[in-house]
Amino acid sequence: MNDRIFRAMLYASGAIIFVLIAGIFLTLFISALPSVKALGHSFLFGTRWNPQSVWEGENITLGAVPFLFGTISTSFLSLLISIPFAFSTALLLGEYMKKGFFFAFLKSSVELLSGIPSVIYGFWGFSVVVPIVRAFEIKTGIPPYGVGIMTASLVLAIMIIPYSASIIREVLHLVPTELKEAAYSLGATRYEVIKNVIFPYARSGISAGLLLALGRALGETMAVTMVIGNLNSLPASLTSLHEIHKTIFSPGNTMSSIIALEFNESSGIHLSALIQMGLLLILVTTIINFIGRIYIKKTDKSGKD
Amino acid sequence: MKKKIILALSFAFLALLFACSQKPQQGVQDSSLVELIEMDFLGAGATFPFPLYSKMFDEYSRIRGPKVNYNAIGSGGGISQLIEKTVDFGGTDAPMKEEELSKAGAEIIHVPICLGAVVLSYNLPDNPPLNLTAEVIAQIFLGEITKWNDPKITEINAGISLPNTEIIVVHRSDGSGTTYIFSDYMTKVSRDWAQKVGTGKSLEWPVGIGANGNPGVAGQISSTPGAIGYTELIYALSNSMPVASVRNKAGKFIVPTIESVSASADVNLPKDMIVSLTDTEAEDGYPISGFTWIILYRDQNYGERDEKRAKELVNLLWWMTHEGQVYCEELHYAPIPQKAVEQVEDLIKLVNFGGKELI
Repeated sequence: MNDRIFRAMLYASGAIIFVLIAGIFLTLFISALPSVKALGHSFLFGTRWNPQSVWEGENITLGAVPFLFGTISTSFLSLLISIPFAFSTALLLGEYMKKGFFFAFLKSSVELLSGIPSVIYGFWGFSVVVPIVRAFEIKTGIPPYGVGIMTASLVLAIMIIPYSASIIREVLHLVPTELKEAAYSLGATRYEVIKNVIFPYARSGISAGLLLALGRALGETMAVTMVIGNLNSLPASLTSLHEIHKTIFSPGNTMSSIIALEFNESSGIHLSALIQMGLLLILVTTIINFIGRIYIKKTDKSGKD
Repeated sequence: MKKKIILALSFAFLALLFACSQKPQQGVQDSSLVELIEMDFLGAGATFPFPLYSKMFDEYSRIRGPKVNYNAIGSGGGISQLIEKTVDFGGTDAPMKEEELSKAGAEIIHVPICLGAVVLSYNLPDNPPLNLTAEVIAQIFLGEITKWNDPKITEINAGISLPNTEIIVVHRSDGSGTTYIFSDYMTKVSRDWAQKVGTGKSLEWPVGIGANGNPGVAGQISSTPGAIGYTELIYALSNSMPVASVRNKAGKFIVPTIESVSASADVNLPKDMIVSLTDTEAEDGYPISGFTWIILYRDQNYGERDEKRAKELVNLLWWMTHEGQVYCEELHYAPIPQKAVEQVEDLIKLVNFGGKELI
């Protein structure tokens, strides 16, 4: 009897989760429907975001491209910046120092990084990273906004390091000691062991860690909002070949940021388009995750062979 | 027996202490005569007047009894909650749009409570007092004037030296009533602006960077050399930010102050008080000013509301637009000018309960 009740409870809670998820998607979809109808494919391909057009006439211009660009550029750029740091932290903690005071200190510092609320990162980015980037911009003759895609990526990179670092460290632990010792006995140096034994073995796990970090970067809202400059259009420098290098320093905006910013004071199609933006963000995250998983599966096989 | 006396005395002493420590407050004297009414009101809407409203509602509940809970969720939220009839009243910085009014189904009254203004703040070496005209502001925010020493700026600022640096435009990135008032002014005074940008709470900005909320804009301005942006007057005043004088319709450069903002409503106002005060004709009025309203249904007989509730709501509005106005200035809001108060009275008298007058 007890056993049956217990099982029924488990099934019930499973069902509740499912109903909740279905409910969330359903409400999002229903709320996004008016904008899907009104905007059609211009939402996906439009490069201008003009909420005012909702009230002015027939040509509603609410395009998601600037925000897609912002989300994808900041998250991949931040991933790129974070990789060397995540790797070295993980290697240091996983291979070089396995115990001791400094190990415990560094390990808990990395864990602490992941526990800091994102608004604190935003504030720190605004008061520390922005002036540094601005000083660099003044020196190099780029308009000294300080805020922008680069600043947002730098802040994001620091935020996602703990995620990839801790997973990579776990994965490094899984590399069989026999393999490493065999390599050492053949006279390999530590660097050679890392490069030729550990890395190939752990490749898929490392990719999984990076994927998790990327997922975190894609959805991050608050910290990015505070330092990205919130310009709702594609950077002007993107269209001219001489100035393309300035693009990463120009202000932009991301999908989650525009939702957070405009949600409060929106209504009608504008509100509906913001909800559609949320759905698009979920879709983009899912696609990137899917591609990542395929890659992990592939490397997983070659890693074991 | 002795113990009891000592106890009684110490109680009396404590009571005396307590009575003395209570600061004499305005209106408290009346409250001992009038019985406090127990009632809860719920309001939601604009964030701009939130500090003033909390002060007013706090005082009101001490004097008359009714407690008012106001959620500062933004004008848009206030309007939609009123339409859904989940609140007693809404607060908004922009009058309701046609579409929203028709959704509401019944007539809605806009009662102005105070005035706010949008000021232009900047970051220049030593922050000299700056004069601006509507055309110059429009061209800066459209990206047509890009340097501080542009002749269009220097010719209205004789006597101060402006640097040859880039102007960095800062605007609000979140949807807000502040942006609405600013763009409403720009649309009135610049044909270019009207065509390219228009009026609204969230806009498609041609240049510059966005920042979240007044604190965000202020922070961005104060940390970026050569920046210019717009914030609410109360925010600029309470943070002693440099603010530009703006030339009004009468041709005077007006420093934004509580007086010059109040003065902007010193014109002939329409009966329903749904009016944009930007680019005011008042001679001493600051041109980027506007009312903030409380909105409610004209006929309070809807849902499960009773006449007593309707009456108390009207009393609350009456108090806010009369006795309550004294709290405006200490919080840097501009009170409704005396001339306009009579019109507000007529407006509040329109609120009824199933056709029955309430005041």
